[in-house]
Amino acid sequence: MLDIRGLKAKVGGKEILRGIDLHIGAGEVHAIMGPNGSGKSTLAHVLSGRENYQVTGGQVTYQGKDLLAMSPEIRAREGIFLAFQYPVEIPGVSTTYFLKAALNAVRKHRGLEELDAMEFLALIKEKLKLVEMDQALINRPLNEGFSGGEKKRNEILQMAVLAPTLALLDETDSGLDIDALRIVAGGVNALRGKDRAMIVITHYQRLLDYIVPDFIHVLYEGRIVRSGTKELALELEDKGYDWLKGEAAAVH
Amino acid sequence: MQAIQSAERYIDAFNERQTTEARSPVWLGALRQAAMASFTALGFPTTKNEDWKNTNIESLVSLPFVSSNGEVKSVRAAEILSNACVDADAPRLVFVNGVYAPELSSVHGLPSGVRVGSLAEFIQQDSSVLASRLGHYADHRRQAFVALNTAFFTDGAIVEIGPGCRLSQPIYIIYAANAEERRIVAYPRTLIMAGAGSEAKIVESYTSVNGGSYFSNAVTELIGEEGASVEHYRLQREGKSAFHVGTLEASLGRGCHLTAHAVTLSGLLVRNNVHVLLDGEGAGCILNGLYLGDDKQVVDNFTEIEHAKPRATSLELYKGILNGASHGVFNGKIIVHKDAQKSDARQTNKNLLLSAQAAVNTKPQLEIYADDVKCSHGSTIGQLDADALFYLRSRGLGLDEARSLLSFAFASDVVGRIKIDFLRRCLDDYLVSKFRGV
Repeated sequence: MLDIRGLKAKVGGKEILRGIDLHIGAGEVHAIMGPNGSGKSTLAHVLSGRENYQVTGGQVTYQGKDLLAMSPEIRAREGIFLAFQYPVEIPGVSTTYFLKAALNAVRKHRGLEELDAMEFLALIKEKLKLVEMDQALINRPLNEGFSGGEKKRNEILQMAVLAPTLALLDETDSGLDIDALRIVAGGVNALRGKDRAMIVITHYQRLLDYIVPDFIHVLYEGRIVRSGTKELALELEDKGYDWLKGEAAAVH
Repeated sequence: MQAIQSAERYIDAFNERQTTEARSPVWLGALRQAAMASFTALGFPTTKNEDWKNTNIESLVSLPFVSSNGEVKSVRAAEILSNACVDADAPRLVFVNGVYAPELSSVHGLPSGVRVGSLAEFIQQDSSVLASRLGHYADHRRQAFVALNTAFFTDGAIVEIGPGCRLSQPIYIIYAANAEERRIVAYPRTLIMAGAGSEAKIVESYTSVNGGSYFSNAVTELIGEEGASVEHYRLQREGKSAFHVGTLEASLGRGCHLTAHAVTLSGLLVRNNVHVLLDGEGAGCILNGLYLGDDKQVVDNFTEIEHAKPRATSLELYKGILNGASHGVFNGKIIVHKDAQKSDARQTNKNLLLSAQAAVNTKPQLEIYADDVKCSHGSTIGQLDADALFYLRSRGLGLDEARSLLSFAFASDVVGRIKIDFLRRCLDDYLVSKFRGV
């Protein structure tokens, strides 16, 4: 589904990704871990098309297409979804209004009929249960005045409604207490499926107790320095990132 | 030099009119004479005048506008009502080129404590109240455009809400221009008197039927007695080539509260003057403004709030969205007089620039002569937020759609303060289509 080869990217003139190779198959959940500043969030933003990230090398093939040639909205319509670490507050636009517009843009792109207000309402009511969200919240301006947990739940709600093929979860666990984490992870798990791949980016092993990945990759200084199965997370928990930093230093 | 010659054109027109018009009451003749003397002394403002330094009105003063001869070409009510965002079921007064059009108006269903109608008719019938009110608030000695309106107005609306009278329905006053080929100047004049403890919503809507180059020079005087509560709306949707100078002069008594909305959607050169005198203890005003600029439009909002008595409050929020090569100006003056202790004044002006050619000048001006007051002001000029744009696009919205949604969102708190559902929905619809593809 997603094939990343030798991906290099700069942010503000500084090279952050220094050659990433990653292959993700349909239905797989990959976790990307790593210390702060290793390039985890940059990878997520590059994949979703953020403009101020400059790709300087490599290729990304998504469902047989050149992902890097697509605008952010085309990527979204083609099934890529980024759950933001810091969801943006947009006063004056309700979640309902925005999400209906987004869903219909996606559906139109896929040659599906647009949903009318009633159909959309039925759909969103069903998805709200998944993240245990009150309907009143989505009639309020998008994320404005939402708590950290409410914002993250809103991200997962959007993901559930837009039904992406590839979901990128960028530090979805940051700023969540244990109850919110359980709800958010529950929503994510419910969305796992054989046609949907996920990349779960996290700093902490904790999230992976709730969202159990098929593969784990450790990113350090813009490269994947180690890949493995879920046991790797436990090893990291045990030894800390310093263990890998030492290894990386020895290689150079 | 140009400005002086142009001023003479108006002076000549006034002298000419004096010889043909004889039916005015004595007090009105004297008022007009005094106003014309003021205009002769003041002349048109230039950019050397501090209050006009960002708005050059050369293009307005150099054009030879002529007064409407009172002839009203047939216009369709439906077209006017739709352009002016008017609820067809609500009471309304319609004026075309400044002249009352009874066949387009409807004043049924108003309670007995309310008098509304054509100013020209009231002047003929009952001029004692008018003599003590008209021209007493809008000061022709200070402002050239008020002086011109006072000298030349032929008609307009009067709304008198009796003491304790509470109106549930809004009253609409529509000033429509039908200029066609001629360069018409109209002088809409409005007098609103809200008696003690009364409540009313009044909408003034300025629009055009056939576009064209014309000039609306409007003056509204609003007097709120003790404890009155008034919502006043000025919706300005003039034609693309129109000039509009509008002045609202409000004087509020003890405990009187005014919410004054100024929404500017179009026009080539627009200047809105708002002056609110908080002239009674505990009086309050909310000034709420939205202005849109596109192409080469100039939109200037000049607001002035005077706290003259203690414990008065003012809350001002003006927002501008400027596209193309348009130019926005905001001036927010707050004066707190020596005796106006415990005044509370807050002012905010926010501007969104949608293109690199658009520009805005914003200036708060605080003059505070009392020592125990709360005053705050803030202004911003910015572009669409890149993070928000990316967020929307990452969900599948196209760039145009994302820009349009964020522009709409920027205006939403100002629009949300509009309490008349019909008007708010009309404005929402207008903004949605306006911002499509910005």
